[in-house]
Amino acid sequence: MADQSAARGPTWTKWLVVAVPYLWLLVFFLAPFVIIVKISLSQTAIAMPPYAPVFDGLATFWDNVRELSLENYVWLTDDPLYWRSYLSSLRIASLSTLMLLLIGYPIAYAMARAPKSIRPTLLMLVILPFWTSFLIRVYAWIGILKPEGLLTVALQGLGVLGPDEQVRIMNTETAVFIGIVYSYLPFMILPLYSALEKLDGTLLEAASDLGCPPVEAFWVITWPLSLPGVIAGCFLCFIPIMGEFVIPDLLGGSETLMIGRTLWNEFFSNRDWPVSSAVAVVLLVILVVPIMVFQNYQKKI
Amino acid sequence: MNRRLSWFNVTSLTLGFAFLYIPILLLVIFSFNESRLVTVWGGFSTKWYGEMIRNQALMDAAWVTIRVAVLSATIATVLGTLAAITMTRYVRFPGRMLFSGMIYAPLVMPEVITGLSLLLLFVAMDFSRGFWTVTIAHVTLTMCFVAVVVQSRLVTFDESLEEAAQDLGCPPAKTFFAITLPLILPAVVAGWMLAFTLSLDDLVIASFNTGPGATTLPIKIYSQVRLGVTPEINAVCTVMIAVVAVGVIAASLYTKRAQVEKEKAERAAVLQAG
Repeated sequence: MADQSAARGPTWTKWLVVAVPYLWLLVFFLAPFVIIVKISLSQTAIAMPPYAPVFDGLATFWDNVRELSLENYVWLTDDPLYWRSYLSSLRIASLSTLMLLLIGYPIAYAMARAPKSIRPTLLMLVILPFWTSFLIRVYAWIGILKPEGLLTVALQGLGVLGPDEQVRIMNTETAVFIGIVYSYLPFMILPLYSALEKLDGTLLEAASDLGCPPVEAFWVITWPLSLPGVIAGCFLCFIPIMGEFVIPDLLGGSETLMIGRTLWNEFFSNRDWPVSSAVAVVLLVILVVPIMVFQNYQKKI
Repeated sequence: MNRRLSWFNVTSLTLGFAFLYIPILLLVIFSFNESRLVTVWGGFSTKWYGEMIRNQALMDAAWVTIRVAVLSATIATVLGTLAAITMTRYVRFPGRMLFSGMIYAPLVMPEVITGLSLLLLFVAMDFSRGFWTVTIAHVTLTMCFVAVVVQSRLVTFDESLEEAAQDLGCPPAKTFFAITLPLILPAVVAGWMLAFTLSLDDLVIASFNTGPGATTLPIKIYSQVRLGVTPEINAVCTVMIAVVAVGVIAASLYTKRAQVEKEKAERAAVLQAG
């Protein structure tokens, strides 16, 4: 079917349609990964840019291969900063994904149960913050959470805090969790909602007619049927949270380690390009399996 | 699922939307605060908007950002639409797996990885960093989002319309512009909007790939935010939120209208064909 209509046109237009985006992605998406792997294996040079040259043509390619070294990767295992950053990112990303699921599921569920007429409005209300800048949304929380911020003022007004007391959330891991849950909530709600909306209400009616209590009906019918949405939502959040930089940098304290932030500092402050490349390659290796699972589910939805 | 909402449903919706909107609302409200202190209300004032407009560095950054966003969104829409056609219409071609992998991976790839790897490519190619490198980086990221949006429209597209046109001797290129494009236009417009806002908002990828004279607004905001919260930044953020909100609402109204017209057009086409 699809092949036929396409095959009728002259082949060169067909190839042009495929080739233009394909070449763009090969050059600007795939090639950079080859380079990043190569640079992570090269040694830091004093010259600017701060690594030994890579692209000298094929003639010197094998010379280069012989010069490759695992020095940067050894360095990653030597310094506890790196593996502690990876572990801490994994912990923060897993915990916050779980929180997102617990908070997002009831919201998506209520949206799917709402009358058909107001569903588009509710959907719009979820999508709108999703289009708003991450940076702005994180910035909004600084004004709320900082010691002399709006939360302190509000709690003092309510009499929960004394006039001299201040909330101590800013620059802690709690602030990072709040920022992550806030920023990623639409990413969790949208796939959950699209899975729950498709759910056939008559199944639940049948269950209740047959005497199944609502809570049990939820676990036997709703939850298993919403599982594709749950999995898509979790990966859609977990993968980018792993590499998150803005949130830990602006809301977290100096003790909040996350690998995206470590990479950023390695690159912008220490100017060590090979080590930051190695950090990125290891992060990519950790994320390859989740990304492939995500792609699998993306095709199904 | 069209039964009455329980109190539990209503509570989760209320709390959920309060959580999503209160921080943004507070930010907007305090951009109109007379006082320099962000937490003390000193009366209504628009003076921070005046300060913002007089801040030349900020205005330059805004201009760079808008140019990058318009240009990159336009290129990304063309490339993304082609990619969507490729994925829905050409079932078999060499490297299809790799192609769809390269479309989906950037959607979730941590920005620090995409940003750093692209920078290393530009350095390896000896490409001087600035306006063009940021634009190319944004095209690469956003074309994948456009592809996914347009693809979801193409999947539900009635291909017999294209076949009918071609049976009547319409060349493929003309068929695309006369039949396919008008019908998928709402998705293409939505894709452009998404690409535009993603480019407008991006901090991380732009920071890696920027150069002299190409400081974008998020980079500028980030460097000021690190120094503390100021009403001026609140004003800039409010303007950005307003631009995005107006754009998204306009686009959704347009899509709704286009949907109705599209159904009318499809019915008319069927009648004419019959």
